[in-house]
Amino acid sequence: MSFLAFAWDWLKSPQQWQGQDSIQVRLLQHLGYTGVSLLIAALIALPLGLLIGHYRRGGFAVVNVTNIWRAVPTLGLLILVVVSFGLTFLSWLTPLVVLAIPPVLVNTYEGVAGVDPELKDAARGMGMTDWQLLWKVEVPVAIPLIMLGLRTAAIFVVATATIAAQPGFGGLGRYIIDGLASNNYGEVAGGAAVIVVLALVIQAVFVGLRRLAVPTGLRLQARSSR
Amino acid sequence: MLRPSPTLRGGAVIALAATASLVLAACGSSSPSSNPLSGGSSNGSVVIGSANFPENELLAEIYSLALKAKGVKVTDKFNIGSREVYYPEIKKGTVSIIPEYNGTLLTVIVDKNSTAASTTDVNAALTAGLPSTLEILNSSSAQDSDSVTVSQAFATAHHLTSSSSIADLAPLASSLVFGGPPECTTRSDCVPGLKKNYGLTFKSFSPLDESGPITIKALQDGTVQAADVFTTTPQIATDHFVTLQDPKFDFAAENVTPLVYKPAMTSTITDTLNAISAKLTTAGLLQIDTAVIVNHDSYQAAAQAWLKAEGLPGGA
Repeated sequence: MSFLAFAWDWLKSPQQWQGQDSIQVRLLQHLGYTGVSLLIAALIALPLGLLIGHYRRGGFAVVNVTNIWRAVPTLGLLILVVVSFGLTFLSWLTPLVVLAIPPVLVNTYEGVAGVDPELKDAARGMGMTDWQLLWKVEVPVAIPLIMLGLRTAAIFVVATATIAAQPGFGGLGRYIIDGLASNNYGEVAGGAAVIVVLALVIQAVFVGLRRLAVPTGLRLQARSSR
Repeated sequence: MLRPSPTLRGGAVIALAATASLVLAACGSSSPSSNPLSGGSSNGSVVIGSANFPENELLAEIYSLALKAKGVKVTDKFNIGSREVYYPEIKKGTVSIIPEYNGTLLTVIVDKNSTAASTTDVNAALTAGLPSTLEILNSSSAQDSDSVTVSQAFATAHHLTSSSSIADLAPLASSLVFGGPPECTTRSDCVPGLKKNYGLTFKSFSPLDESGPITIKALQDGTVQAADVFTTTPQIATDHFVTLQDPKFDFAAENVTPLVYKPAMTSTITDTLNAISAKLTTAGLLQIDTAVIVNHDSYQAAAQAWLKAEGLPGGA
Protein backbone atom coordinates (compact mmCIF):
# COMPACT_ATOMS: atom_id res chain seq x y z
CA MET A 1 0.00 0.00 0.00
CA SER A 2 1.28 3.43 -0.85
CA PHE A 3 1.58 6.35 1.52
CA LEU A 4 -1.41 8.02 -0.08
CA ALA A 5 -3.58 4.92 0.23
CA PHE A 6 -2.66 4.58 3.91
CA ALA A 7 -3.41 8.23 4.49
CA TRP A 8 -6.70 8.13 2.59
CA ASP A 9 -8.02 5.06 4.43
CA TRP A 10 -7.31 6.75 7.72
CA LEU A 11 -8.72 10.13 6.70
CA LYS A 12 -12.03 8.81 5.39
CA SER A 13 -12.80 6.78 8.50
CA PRO A 14 -15.58 8.63 10.39
CA GLN A 15 -13.99 8.15 13.81
CA GLN A 16 -11.18 10.52 12.80
CA TRP A 17 -13.73 13.32 12.70
CA GLN A 18 -15.34 12.84 16.12
CA GLY A 19 -14.43 13.59 19.73
CA GLN A 20 -11.37 14.84 21.60
CA ASP A 21 -8.87 13.27 19.19
CA SER A 22 -10.66 14.37 16.01
CA ILE A 23 -8.87 16.04 13.13
CA GLN A 24 -10.74 19.34 13.63
CA VAL A 25 -9.66 19.56 17.27
CA ARG A 26 -6.06 18.66 16.50
CA LEU A 27 -6.02 21.08 13.57
CA LEU A 28 -7.21 23.97 15.74
CA GLN A 29 -4.62 23.15 18.40
CA HIS A 30 -1.95 23.00 15.72
CA LEU A 31 -3.00 26.36 14.29
CA GLY A 32 -2.99 27.76 17.82
CA TYR A 33 0.61 26.66 18.47
CA THR A 34 1.66 27.97 15.06
CA GLY A 35 -0.14 31.32 15.38
CA VAL A 36 1.06 32.14 18.90
CA SER A 37 4.65 31.15 18.14
CA LEU A 38 4.71 33.14 14.91
CA LEU A 39 3.17 36.20 16.57
CA ILE A 40 5.72 36.24 19.38
CA ALA A 41 8.61 35.64 16.98
CA ALA A 42 7.36 38.51 14.77
CA LEU A 43 7.01 40.82 17.78
CA ILE A 44 10.65 40.18 18.61
CA ALA A 45 12.22 39.92 15.15
CA LEU A 46 10.36 42.62 13.16
CA PRO A 47 11.24 45.63 15.37
CA LEU A 48 14.81 44.36 15.81
CA GLY A 49 15.24 43.82 12.07
CA LEU A 50 13.80 47.27 11.25
CA LEU A 51 16.02 48.91 13.84
CA ILE A 52 19.31 47.40 12.74
CA GLY A 53 18.34 47.68 9.08
CA HIS A 54 17.50 51.38 9.42
CA TYR A 55 20.61 52.38 11.37
CA ARG A 56 22.76 49.79 9.62
CA ARG A 57 24.55 49.12 12.89
CA GLY A 58 25.41 45.62 14.10
CA GLY A 59 23.81 44.02 11.05
CA PHE A 60 26.79 41.80 10.33
CA ALA A 61 26.88 40.47 13.89
CA VAL A 62 23.11 39.96 14.10
CA VAL A 63 22.85 38.14 10.77
CA ASN A 64 25.73 35.83 11.62
CA VAL A 65 24.59 35.10 15.16
CA THR A 66 21.10 34.38 13.82
CA ASN A 67 22.45 32.05 11.19
CA ILE A 68 24.38 30.12 13.82
CA TRP A 69 21.21 30.15 15.95
CA ARG A 70 19.44 28.28 13.15
CA ALA A 71 21.58 25.26 14.01
CA VAL A 72 19.91 24.88 17.43
CA PRO A 73 18.21 21.47 17.30
CA THR A 74 14.52 22.10 17.91
CA LEU A 75 13.76 18.76 19.54
CA GLY A 76 16.83 19.03 21.77
CA LEU A 77 15.74 22.48 22.88
CA LEU A 78 12.27 21.16 23.65
CA ILE A 79 13.62 18.42 25.93
CA LEU A 80 15.94 20.95 27.58
CA VAL A 81 13.02 23.31 28.29
CA VAL A 82 10.88 20.43 29.63
CA VAL A 83 13.67 19.28 31.93
CA SER A 84 14.42 22.84 33.11
CA PHE A 85 10.93 24.31 33.43
CA GLY A 86 8.58 21.34 33.47
CA LEU A 87 5.63 20.61 31.24
CA THR A 88 4.16 24.03 30.53
CA PHE A 89 3.24 25.95 27.39
CA LEU A 90 6.88 27.07 27.31
CA SER A 91 7.82 23.50 26.31
CA TRP A 92 6.43 23.97 22.80
CA LEU A 93 6.49 27.77 22.60
CA THR A 94 10.23 28.26 23.19
CA PRO A 95 11.57 25.99 20.43
CA LEU A 96 9.00 27.22 17.90
CA VAL A 97 9.76 30.89 18.60
CA VAL A 98 13.49 30.16 18.39
CA LEU A 99 12.85 28.46 15.06
CA ALA A 100 10.77 31.34 13.65
CA ILE A 101 12.97 34.28 14.62
CA PRO A 102 15.92 33.82 12.18
CA PRO A 103 14.03 33.99 8.84
CA VAL A 104 11.95 36.98 9.96
CA LEU A 105 14.91 38.84 11.45
CA VAL A 106 17.37 38.25 8.61
CA ASN A 107 14.85 39.05 5.85
CA THR A 108 13.62 42.20 7.58
CA TYR A 109 17.17 43.40 8.13
CA GLU A 110 18.27 42.61 4.56
CA GLY A 111 15.12 44.19 3.13
CA VAL A 112 15.52 47.47 5.00
CA ALA A 113 19.32 47.65 4.73
CA GLY A 114 19.11 46.99 1.01
CA VAL A 115 16.92 49.99 0.16
CA ASP A 116 18.50 52.08 -2.60
CA PRO A 117 20.59 54.88 -0.93
CA GLU A 118 19.44 57.36 -3.60
CA LEU A 119 15.86 56.75 -2.56
CA LYS A 120 16.76 57.50 1.05
CA ASP A 121 18.69 60.61 0.04
CA ALA A 122 15.68 61.86 -1.87
CA ALA A 123 13.43 61.24 1.12
CA ARG A 124 15.81 63.10 3.45
CA GLY A 125 16.00 65.91 0.90
CA MET A 126 12.23 66.22 1.12
CA GLY A 127 12.68 66.78 4.87
CA MET A 128 11.55 63.40 6.16
CA THR A 129 12.37 62.45 9.75
CA ASP A 130 13.92 59.06 10.62
CA TRP A 131 10.49 57.77 11.55
CA GLN A 132 8.92 58.95 8.28
CA LEU A 133 11.82 57.56 6.28
CA LEU A 134 11.32 54.16 7.93
CA TRP A 135 7.56 53.94 7.51
CA LYS A 136 7.10 55.76 4.19
CA VAL A 137 10.15 54.54 2.28
CA GLU A 138 12.10 51.69 3.82
CA VAL A 139 9.26 49.44 5.04
CA PRO A 140 7.19 49.68 1.83
CA VAL A 141 10.25 48.92 -0.31
CA ALA A 142 11.30 46.07 1.97
CA ILE A 143 7.83 44.54 2.21
CA PRO A 144 8.39 41.73 -0.32
CA LEU A 145 11.40 40.46 1.65
CA ILE A 146 9.69 40.94 5.03
CA MET A 147 6.71 38.94 3.80
CA LEU A 148 9.03 36.25 2.49
CA GLY A 149 10.62 36.01 5.94
CA LEU A 150 7.24 35.67 7.63
CA ARG A 151 6.13 33.07 5.09
CA THR A 152 9.29 31.00 5.55
CA ALA A 153 8.89 31.17 9.32
CA ALA A 154 5.23 30.17 9.08
CA ILE A 155 6.04 27.09 6.97
CA PHE A 156 8.86 26.11 9.35
CA VAL A 157 6.62 26.47 12.37
CA VAL A 158 3.55 24.74 10.98
CA ALA A 159 5.64 21.74 9.98
CA THR A 160 7.60 21.68 13.23
CA ALA A 161 4.68 22.29 15.63
CA THR A 162 4.34 18.49 15.47
CA ILE A 163 6.98 18.32 18.21
CA ALA A 164 4.49 19.70 20.73
CA ALA A 165 3.14 16.14 20.81
CA GLN A 166 6.44 14.79 22.10
CA PRO A 167 5.94 15.96 25.69
CA GLY A 168 2.22 15.12 25.67
CA PHE A 169 0.63 18.23 24.17
CA GLY A 170 -1.85 18.11 21.29
CA GLY A 171 -1.77 19.28 17.69
CA LEU A 172 -1.45 17.23 14.54
CA GLY A 173 1.87 15.80 15.77
CA ARG A 174 -0.18 13.58 18.12
CA TYR A 175 -1.10 11.40 15.13
CA ILE A 176 2.52 11.02 14.06
CA ILE A 177 3.93 10.31 17.54
CA ASP A 178 1.07 8.02 18.62
CA GLY A 179 0.90 6.28 15.26
CA LEU A 180 4.63 5.54 15.22
CA ALA A 181 4.54 4.31 18.81
CA SER A 182 1.76 1.84 18.10
CA ASN A 183 2.76 0.82 14.53
CA ASN A 184 -0.38 2.43 13.14
CA TYR A 185 1.05 3.70 9.86
CA GLY A 186 -2.29 4.85 8.51
CA GLU A 187 -2.49 7.32 11.37
CA VAL A 188 1.10 8.49 10.73
CA ALA A 189 0.49 8.93 7.00
CA GLY A 190 -2.89 10.59 7.52
CA GLY A 191 -1.51 13.00 10.11
CA ALA A 192 1.44 13.85 7.88
CA ALA A 193 -0.87 14.42 4.91
CA VAL A 194 -3.01 16.86 6.90
CA ILE A 195 0.14 18.79 7.89
CA VAL A 196 1.32 18.94 4.26
CA VAL A 197 -2.06 20.29 3.15
CA LEU A 198 -2.01 22.80 6.00
CA ALA A 199 1.48 23.98 4.99
CA LEU A 200 0.31 24.46 1.38
CA VAL A 201 -2.73 26.44 2.54
CA ILE A 202 -0.53 28.67 4.68
CA GLN A 203 1.80 29.17 1.74
CA ALA A 204 -1.17 30.27 -0.39
CA VAL A 205 -2.43 32.62 2.33
CA PHE A 206 0.95 34.34 2.49
CA VAL A 207 1.12 34.69 -1.28
CA GLY A 208 -2.26 36.44 -1.04
CA LEU A 209 -1.11 38.65 1.85
CA ARG A 210 1.93 39.64 -0.15
CA ARG A 211 -0.28 40.87 -2.99
CA LEU A 212 -2.20 43.00 -0.52
CA ALA A 213 0.87 44.34 1.26
CA VAL A 214 3.21 45.21 -1.60
CA PRO A 215 2.66 48.82 -2.72
CA THR A 216 1.32 49.31 -6.25
CA GLY A 217 4.35 51.41 -7.24
CA LEU A 218 6.71 48.57 -6.40
CA ARG A 219 4.63 46.09 -8.42
CA LEU A 220 4.54 48.40 -11.44
CA GLN A 221 8.28 48.94 -11.16
CA ALA A 222 8.90 45.19 -11.03
CA ARG A 223 6.71 44.69 -14.10
CA SER A 224 8.34 47.45 -16.16
CA SER A 225 11.86 46.28 -15.34
CA ARG A 226 11.24 42.85 -16.77
CA MET B 1 36.75 13.29 -3.23
CA LEU B 2 39.19 12.46 -0.47
CA ARG B 3 42.64 12.11 -1.89
CA PRO B 4 45.34 10.16 -0.06
CA SER B 5 48.15 12.40 1.12
CA PRO B 6 51.42 12.03 -0.86
CA THR B 7 53.03 9.97 1.92
CA LEU B 8 50.29 7.40 1.66
CA ARG B 9 50.59 6.79 -2.07
CA GLY B 10 51.84 3.65 -3.75
CA GLY B 11 53.54 1.03 -1.63
CA ALA B 12 52.36 2.49 1.66
CA VAL B 13 48.74 2.06 0.64
CA ILE B 14 49.30 -1.57 -0.31
CA ALA B 15 51.13 -2.22 2.97
CA LEU B 16 48.29 -0.63 4.94
CA ALA B 17 45.67 -2.63 3.10
CA ALA B 18 47.58 -5.84 3.69
CA THR B 19 47.88 -5.09 7.41
CA ALA B 20 44.20 -4.27 7.64
CA SER B 21 43.18 -7.50 5.98
CA LEU B 22 45.44 -9.50 8.31
CA VAL B 23 43.89 -7.84 11.34
CA LEU B 24 40.40 -8.47 10.00
CA ALA B 25 41.22 -12.11 9.27
CA ALA B 26 42.56 -12.53 12.79
CA CYS B 27 39.34 -11.12 14.25
CA GLY B 28 37.16 -13.32 12.10
CA SER B 29 38.82 -16.57 13.01
CA SER B 30 39.13 -16.09 16.74
CA SER B 31 36.51 -17.98 18.69
CA PRO B 32 38.39 -19.41 21.64
CA SER B 33 35.26 -19.83 23.71
CA SER B 34 33.44 -22.10 21.30
CA ASN B 35 35.79 -24.97 22.07
CA PRO B 36 36.13 -25.77 25.76
CA LEU B 37 39.31 -27.76 25.06
CA SER B 38 41.12 -24.67 23.78
CA GLY B 39 40.80 -22.93 27.13
CA GLY B 40 44.11 -22.94 29.01
CA SER B 41 42.69 -23.36 32.50
CA SER B 42 40.59 -26.13 33.94
CA ASN B 43 38.10 -23.56 35.22
CA GLY B 44 37.19 -22.66 31.66
CA SER B 45 37.55 -19.82 29.25
CA VAL B 46 34.73 -17.49 28.26
CA VAL B 47 33.90 -14.36 26.29
CA ILE B 48 31.48 -12.09 28.14
CA GLY B 49 29.40 -9.79 25.96
CA SER B 50 26.88 -7.08 26.74
CA ALA B 51 24.27 -4.91 25.10
CA ASN B 52 25.01 -1.24 24.49
CA PHE B 53 23.43 0.42 27.51
CA PRO B 54 24.97 1.19 30.90
CA GLU B 55 23.08 -1.26 33.11
CA ASN B 56 23.83 -4.24 30.87
CA GLU B 57 27.50 -3.35 30.64
CA LEU B 58 27.59 -3.04 34.42
CA LEU B 59 26.10 -6.53 34.83
CA ALA B 60 28.64 -7.92 32.37
CA GLU B 61 31.41 -6.26 34.42
CA ILE B 62 30.10 -7.98 37.58
CA TYR B 63 30.10 -11.38 35.84
CA SER B 64 33.57 -10.71 34.47
CA LEU B 65 35.16 -9.66 37.79
CA ALA B 66 33.65 -12.58 39.70
CA LEU B 67 34.70 -15.16 37.11
CA LYS B 68 38.24 -13.78 36.88
CA ALA B 69 38.50 -14.02 40.68
CA LYS B 70 37.53 -17.69 40.36
CA GLY B 71 40.39 -18.34 37.96
CA VAL B 72 38.33 -18.45 34.77
CA LYS B 73 40.02 -17.05 31.66
CA VAL B 74 37.74 -14.15 30.67
CA THR B 75 37.69 -12.02 27.53
CA ASP B 76 35.49 -8.91 27.79
CA LYS B 77 33.53 -7.96 24.68
CA PHE B 78 31.15 -5.36 26.10
CA ASN B 79 28.90 -2.87 24.36
CA ILE B 80 28.25 -5.08 21.32
CA GLY B 81 24.93 -3.52 20.34
CA SER B 82 21.27 -4.41 20.47
CA ARG B 83 19.91 -7.92 21.00
CA GLU B 84 19.50 -8.31 17.25
CA VAL B 85 23.28 -7.89 16.93
CA TYR B 86 24.60 -9.88 19.88
CA TYR B 87 22.16 -12.80 19.83
CA PRO B 88 23.59 -14.35 16.63
CA GLU B 89 27.07 -14.06 18.22
CA ILE B 90 26.16 -16.05 21.33
CA LYS B 91 24.19 -18.51 19.23
CA LYS B 92 27.32 -19.48 17.31
CA GLY B 93 29.54 -19.25 20.40
CA THR B 94 31.78 -16.29 19.59
CA VAL B 95 30.33 -14.84 22.80
CA SER B 96 29.64 -17.24 25.67
CA ILE B 97 27.84 -15.22 28.38
CA ILE B 98 25.43 -12.28 28.14
CA PRO B 99 23.40 -10.73 30.98
CA GLU B 100 19.84 -10.97 29.66
CA TYR B 101 16.32 -9.97 30.70
CA ASN B 102 14.16 -13.08 30.51
CA GLY B 103 10.85 -11.48 29.39
CA THR B 104 12.25 -9.53 26.46
CA LEU B 105 14.53 -12.39 25.40
CA LEU B 106 11.43 -14.57 25.20
CA THR B 107 9.18 -12.17 23.31
CA VAL B 108 11.78 -10.63 21.01
CA ILE B 109 13.86 -13.68 20.04
CA VAL B 110 12.42 -17.00 21.13
CA ASP B 111 8.63 -16.76 20.86
CA LYS B 112 7.09 -13.52 19.65
CA ASN B 113 3.57 -14.66 20.52
CA SER B 114 4.30 -15.85 24.04
CA THR B 115 1.90 -14.70 26.74
CA ALA B 116 3.99 -16.03 29.66
CA ALA B 117 4.18 -13.36 32.34
CA SER B 118 5.49 -14.70 35.66
CA THR B 119 9.20 -15.42 36.14
CA THR B 120 8.54 -19.18 36.33
CA ASP B 121 6.41 -19.26 33.18
CA VAL B 122 8.82 -17.09 31.21
CA ASN B 123 11.81 -19.22 32.18
CA ALA B 124 9.95 -22.44 31.37
CA ALA B 125 9.08 -21.06 27.94
CA LEU B 126 12.70 -19.99 27.40
CA THR B 127 14.11 -23.37 28.43
CA ALA B 128 11.75 -25.04 25.98
CA GLY B 129 12.36 -22.59 23.15
CA LEU B 130 16.09 -21.79 23.16
CA PRO B 131 18.34 -23.59 20.65
CA SER B 132 20.19 -26.63 22.07
CA THR B 133 23.51 -24.75 22.33
CA LEU B 134 22.05 -22.07 24.59
CA GLU B 135 20.59 -22.11 28.08
CA ILE B 136 19.61 -19.70 30.81
CA LEU B 137 21.10 -20.01 34.28
CA ASN B 138 19.19 -19.08 37.45
CA SER B 139 17.25 -15.83 37.29
CA SER B 140 17.99 -13.14 39.82
CA SER B 141 15.15 -11.38 41.58
CA ALA B 142 16.40 -8.11 40.03
CA GLN B 143 14.03 -6.83 37.37
CA ASP B 144 14.34 -4.04 34.86
CA SER B 145 10.72 -3.97 33.79
CA ASP B 146 7.90 -1.52 33.23
CA SER B 147 6.12 -0.53 36.42
CA VAL B 148 3.49 1.76 37.87
CA THR B 149 5.50 4.34 39.79
CA VAL B 150 4.17 7.29 41.79
CA SER B 151 5.85 10.46 43.01
CA GLN B 152 7.02 10.79 46.60
CA ALA B 153 4.45 13.50 47.37
CA PHE B 154 1.58 11.36 46.08
CA ALA B 155 2.85 8.28 47.92
CA THR B 156 3.10 10.20 51.20
CA ALA B 157 -0.33 11.75 50.81
CA HIS B 158 -1.98 8.37 50.19
CA HIS B 159 0.21 6.21 52.45
CA LEU B 160 1.69 4.17 49.62
CA THR B 161 5.01 2.38 50.13
CA SER B 162 7.15 0.10 47.99
CA SER B 163 5.22 -2.85 49.41
CA SER B 164 1.87 -1.42 48.24
CA SER B 165 0.25 -3.05 45.22
CA ILE B 166 -0.96 -1.42 42.02
CA ALA B 167 -4.39 -2.58 43.22
CA ASP B 168 -4.17 0.00 46.05
CA LEU B 169 -4.55 2.72 43.40
CA ALA B 170 -8.03 1.48 42.44
CA PRO B 171 -9.99 3.83 44.76
CA LEU B 172 -7.82 6.79 43.67
CA ALA B 173 -7.57 6.10 39.93
CA SER B 174 -10.57 8.19 38.86
CA SER B 175 -8.73 11.35 39.98
CA LEU B 176 -5.33 10.31 38.62
CA VAL B 177 -3.50 11.38 35.48
CA PHE B 178 -1.34 8.46 34.33
CA GLY B 179 1.70 9.10 32.14
CA GLY B 180 3.51 6.71 29.83
CA PRO B 181 4.79 6.22 26.30
CA PRO B 182 2.24 7.10 23.58
CA GLU B 183 1.54 3.43 22.72
CA CYS B 184 0.48 2.80 26.32
CA THR B 185 -3.18 3.38 25.47
CA THR B 186 -3.17 0.35 23.17
CA ARG B 187 -0.41 -1.85 24.61
CA SER B 188 -1.98 -4.89 26.28
CA ASP B 189 0.06 -4.57 29.50
CA CYS B 190 -0.31 -0.81 29.85
CA VAL B 191 -3.59 1.14 30.17
CA PRO B 192 -5.81 -1.80 29.01
CA GLY B 193 -3.89 -4.30 31.18
CA LEU B 194 -4.04 -2.12 34.28
CA LYS B 195 -7.78 -1.86 33.81
CA LYS B 196 -8.23 -5.60 33.27
CA ASN B 197 -5.91 -6.82 36.03
CA TYR B 198 -6.36 -4.15 38.70
CA GLY B 199 -9.59 -2.37 37.74
CA LEU B 200 -7.84 0.99 37.27
CA THR B 201 -9.72 3.57 35.18
CA PHE B 202 -7.63 6.72 35.15
CA LYS B 203 -9.06 10.23 34.89
CA SER B 204 -6.86 10.71 31.84
CA PHE B 205 -3.73 9.47 30.13
CA SER B 206 -0.85 11.77 29.26
CA PRO B 207 1.38 10.55 26.39
CA LEU B 208 5.02 11.17 27.40
CA ASP B 209 8.17 9.15 26.59
CA GLU B 210 9.74 5.75 27.33
CA SER B 211 10.59 6.35 30.98
CA GLY B 212 12.84 9.20 29.80
CA PRO B 213 13.40 12.80 30.92
CA ILE B 214 9.86 13.95 30.04
CA THR B 215 8.22 11.22 32.13
CA ILE B 216 10.54 11.90 35.07
CA LYS B 217 9.88 15.64 34.91
CA ALA B 218 6.11 15.13 34.70
CA LEU B 219 6.23 12.97 37.86
CA GLN B 220 8.46 15.46 39.68
CA ASP B 221 6.14 18.37 38.77
CA GLY B 222 2.95 16.51 39.56
CA THR B 223 1.71 16.94 35.96
CA VAL B 224 1.06 13.21 36.26
CA GLN B 225 0.65 11.41 39.58
CA ALA B 226 1.59 7.95 38.35
CA ALA B 227 3.59 6.82 35.35
CA ASP B 228 5.03 3.82 33.53
CA VAL B 229 8.67 3.96 34.70
CA PHE B 230 11.36 1.29 34.22
CA THR B 231 12.18 -0.22 37.61
CA THR B 232 15.89 0.60 37.52
CA THR B 233 15.52 4.26 36.50
CA PRO B 234 17.99 6.09 38.81
CA GLN B 235 15.47 8.83 39.67
CA ILE B 236 13.42 6.23 41.56
CA ALA B 237 16.31 6.38 44.04
CA THR B 238 17.28 10.05 43.76
CA ASP B 239 13.70 11.47 43.79
CA HIS B 240 12.26 8.84 46.13
CA PHE B 241 9.61 7.74 43.64
CA VAL B 242 7.65 4.73 44.83
CA THR B 243 7.29 1.71 42.54
CA LEU B 244 4.17 -0.32 43.28
CA GLN B 245 4.15 -4.10 43.41
CA ASP B 246 2.67 -5.99 40.47
CA PRO B 247 1.48 -9.30 42.04
CA LYS B 248 -0.64 -10.21 38.99
CA PHE B 249 2.30 -9.84 36.56
CA ASP B 250 0.52 -7.29 34.40
CA PHE B 251 3.99 -6.33 33.16
CA ALA B 252 5.85 -9.49 32.13
CA ALA B 253 8.82 -10.52 34.25
CA GLU B 254 12.18 -9.01 33.23
CA ASN B 255 14.53 -10.79 35.61
CA VAL B 256 18.24 -10.34 35.02
CA THR B 257 19.26 -13.82 33.89
CA PRO B 258 22.58 -15.02 32.40
CA LEU B 259 22.18 -16.39 28.87
CA VAL B 260 25.06 -18.78 28.21
CA TYR B 261 26.57 -20.82 25.40
CA LYS B 262 26.45 -24.35 26.83
CA PRO B 263 29.69 -25.85 25.39
CA ALA B 264 31.73 -23.09 27.09
CA MET B 265 30.33 -23.74 30.57
CA THR B 266 32.10 -25.42 33.49
CA SER B 267 30.70 -26.01 36.97
CA THR B 268 32.89 -23.18 38.33
CA ILE B 269 31.33 -20.77 35.85
CA THR B 270 27.71 -21.76 36.40
CA ASP B 271 28.13 -21.83 40.20
CA THR B 272 29.69 -18.36 40.22
CA LEU B 273 26.97 -16.85 38.00
CA ASN B 274 24.20 -18.52 40.02
CA ALA B 275 25.73 -17.13 43.22
CA ILE B 276 25.55 -13.64 41.70
CA SER B 277 21.92 -14.11 40.62
CA ALA B 278 21.04 -15.30 44.13
CA LYS B 279 22.24 -11.98 45.60
CA LEU B 280 21.09 -9.53 42.91
CA THR B 281 17.87 -7.62 43.72
CA THR B 282 16.06 -4.78 41.95
CA ALA B 283 17.02 -2.40 44.78
CA GLY B 284 20.67 -3.45 44.53
CA LEU B 285 20.67 -3.07 40.75
CA LEU B 286 19.02 0.35 41.06
CA GLN B 287 21.72 1.38 43.52
CA ILE B 288 24.64 0.45 41.25
CA ASP B 289 22.87 1.90 38.19
CA THR B 290 22.57 5.17 40.09
CA ALA B 291 26.25 5.04 41.09
CA VAL B 292 27.25 4.76 37.43
CA ILE B 293 24.62 6.91 35.69
CA VAL B 294 24.13 9.71 38.24
CA ASN B 295 27.39 9.75 40.20
CA HIS B 296 29.55 8.74 37.21
CA ASP B 297 31.43 6.03 39.09
CA SER B 298 33.36 3.72 36.77
CA TYR B 299 31.67 0.43 35.85
CA GLN B 300 34.52 -1.44 37.46
CA ALA B 301 34.37 0.50 40.74
CA ALA B 302 30.58 0.09 41.01
CA ALA B 303 30.78 -3.63 40.18
CA GLN B 304 33.62 -4.25 42.66
CA ALA B 305 31.79 -2.36 45.42
CA TRP B 306 28.63 -4.41 44.90
CA LEU B 307 30.51 -7.75 44.81
CA LYS B 308 32.33 -6.81 48.01
CA ALA B 309 29.13 -5.73 49.78
CA GLU B 310 27.51 -9.05 48.86
CA GLY B 311 30.57 -11.07 49.92
CA LEU B 312 31.12 -12.43 46.42
CA PRO B 313 34.46 -13.14 44.71
CA GLY B 314 35.93 -10.24 42.71
CA GLY B 315 34.90 -7.54 45.18
CA ALA B 316 37.23 -4.76 46.19
